[in-house]
Amino acid sequence: MFEYAPAPESRSVVDLKPSYGLFIDGKFVDPTDGGSFKSINPASEEVLAEIAEAGAQDVERAVSAARKAYDKVWGPMPGRDRAKYLYRIARLIQERSRELAVLESLDNGKPIRESRDVDLPLVAAHFFYYAGWADKLGHAGFGSNPQPIGVAAQVIPWNFPLLMLAWKIAPALAAGNTVVLKPAETTPLTALLFAEICQQADLPAGVVNIVTGAGDTGRALVEHPGVDKVAFTGSTEVGRAIARSVAGTRKKLTLELGGKAANIVFDDAPIDQAVEGIVNGIFFNQGHVCCAGSRLLVQENVADRVLESLKRRMAHLRVGDPLDKNTDVGAINSAAQLERIRELSDAGSAEGAERWSPPCELPDRGFWFAPTIFTGVTQAHRIAREEIFGPVLSVLTFRTPAEAVEKANNTPYGLSAGIWTDKGSRILWMADRLRAGVVWANTFNKFDPTSPFGGYKESGYGREGGRHGLEGYLNV
Amino acid sequence: MSERVAVRKTYKLFIGGKFPRSESGRSYLVQSSNVSLASRKDARDAVVAARAAVKGWAGATAYNRGQILYRAAEMLEGRREQFVALGIPGDEVDAAVDRWVWYAGWADKLAQVYGGANPVAGPYFNISAPEPTGVVAVVAPERPALLGLVSVIAPAIVTGNTVVVAASPSEPLAAVTLAEVLATSDLPGGVVNILTGAITETAPALAAHMDVNAIDLTGVTDATLAGELEVKAAENLKRVLRPAPADHDWTVDPGVTRMTTLLETKTVWHPKGV
Repeated sequence: MFEYAPAPESRSVVDLKPSYGLFIDGKFVDPTDGGSFKSINPASEEVLAEIAEAGAQDVERAVSAARKAYDKVWGPMPGRDRAKYLYRIARLIQERSRELAVLESLDNGKPIRESRDVDLPLVAAHFFYYAGWADKLGHAGFGSNPQPIGVAAQVIPWNFPLLMLAWKIAPALAAGNTVVLKPAETTPLTALLFAEICQQADLPAGVVNIVTGAGDTGRALVEHPGVDKVAFTGSTEVGRAIARSVAGTRKKLTLELGGKAANIVFDDAPIDQAVEGIVNGIFFNQGHVCCAGSRLLVQENVADRVLESLKRRMAHLRVGDPLDKNTDVGAINSAAQLERIRELSDAGSAEGAERWSPPCELPDRGFWFAPTIFTGVTQAHRIAREEIFGPVLSVLTFRTPAEAVEKANNTPYGLSAGIWTDKGSRILWMADRLRAGVVWANTFNKFDPTSPFGGYKESGYGREGGRHGLEGYLNV
Repeated sequence: MSERVAVRKTYKLFIGGKFPRSESGRSYLVQSSNVSLASRKDARDAVVAARAAVKGWAGATAYNRGQILYRAAEMLEGRREQFVALGIPGDEVDAAVDRWVWYAGWADKLAQVYGGANPVAGPYFNISAPEPTGVVAVVAPERPALLGLVSVIAPAIVTGNTVVVAASPSEPLAAVTLAEVLATSDLPGGVVNILTGAITETAPALAAHMDVNAIDLTGVTDATLAGELEVKAAENLKRVLRPAPADHDWTVDPGVTRMTTLLETKTVWHPKGV
């Protein structure tokens, strides 16, 4: 192993306030009942800021602000003007990208290399992409004059805080809706900085409203009768509850939920490339990825070679300070998530799978989990069935392509899948049969604003990204 | 010479390409005919048949599905007088045939219109294509008994889904006769399964069934029941088509939403390189 000198990114670019209010009707306001919670840095447990907790009355205020903006300003505004606001926002994100990246890593725990090179470029690209749709909706394939839905309630997770915000807000605004967005309680800071960017862009008041809080705030928002559209990204369990709560209403619903993706490696795959793909598939963003390749299906005759190579590669992963530019794997986002990863990993051992992690020194403070693989996993094991949402890979083997398909599809989820083989016809044969919304062949965890993303089965419904992503925000 | 004694038809269920009676042995009287009163068990049997048919039907070429649907339109046209004899207005039969032909033509076009290449910012081939969601449970509209039924079955199956349909409880005879049309159209058994009887009995079983991928509530007129069915459907996150408004005009251009709601979009990435 090489010794690396620390290469920390400076925090000075971020100007953290001691406390943040709610962003309603273009202004930061105090919550009606004065509740608050703390957002901490998961890598150090340091308190970053005090965050307002929105109650039912605050949600009410935010929804009426969004309604007013929809009726009076954003709804009637010509598409080309909406486009210009979105282009402005995209530019401001690019201009302030370092600040946003550092803040994202501080609040979320993800390595700066990822927030800087993956999250932020994709966030800006997403606003650019949908900005261009705002005045071309009649060409999107939903009729010549498709109409927006109205007020969108959007609830997003903590794994890609700003990117999920972009996936929600950009298409909603392009289509002419106004939004009330609730970021996750552990990662509200970049959403609040985004609110400042909306002010800087002179976005009309009430078009974007940000209400911070936990599950109760989200529930109040989703169940608010003044909401016309609900978009949620998060766990399947919460997604189910939301689907129940909108049942029998007029609200349109899109859900992007959990996954348990199979990453399938055939014996003719270039092993080194496949191993990079396996590592990227499960250890990218600490495995806090709904489309993570958390089940490795490797063809039996190359399983030993692949595992040997994988272990060698894992020994070179650098786990630690998210702001260090050398870091590959950052902090687990919260104590609660760490507890869940530990619980499921312990179940893996208890059920008879063999656990392995590279020698790996973890910091004393903060929430950490070493990259881990389990071998000897069967389809009945909990670690092969349940979403762990952490840096934990379950390894299973197969002999024939048909068996690989059978095992890959043997899950209630259907978000993504990976295929590694040199044979083109096999890729296409497999891709046809995998019940998953995104199939990565000889690559993994690639995202683009033009590329629709979303799941089959219990991974949810609707697509985000591309022309398809407009459908959830149009009255079609 | 005495007048010839007619051979009457027995109206039964349509499950897996066969015409069984309800396993419950029950029937109810409609227009002087005994019609099977399907049970929850019949609904589950129909789901099993529909699931078994998915692989072959979804795997058939789009051209082949289009051909088979067009064949069904031919058969429907040929039985025009039978439907008229059941009390279906001739205009409605004509409209049903035309509707069926319209959807048949979509089979090999939908993927071009609703899929395509995505220009991603990197050296990747990236393409999205629609795929059938799987097994779809359908509550057909109470009336028009034939046009309404055709308008909910055709958009679901043309893309490769298989269906379990709860037919109009008050006018089920047209549904059984349509089953005879489908049985003689080269449509593989199990692609369309038709249950006659009470919606309140079959629909909850279908909405709660964990091997059903989507539910079309078009024919549910009771708002409370529709809400309850949607709650049950949430258990495995079924795709939901909500009830049609009571004044829905079935004769106008139906648009594509009935097809697209019952589709999944699959996006495939592959690197480009030498």
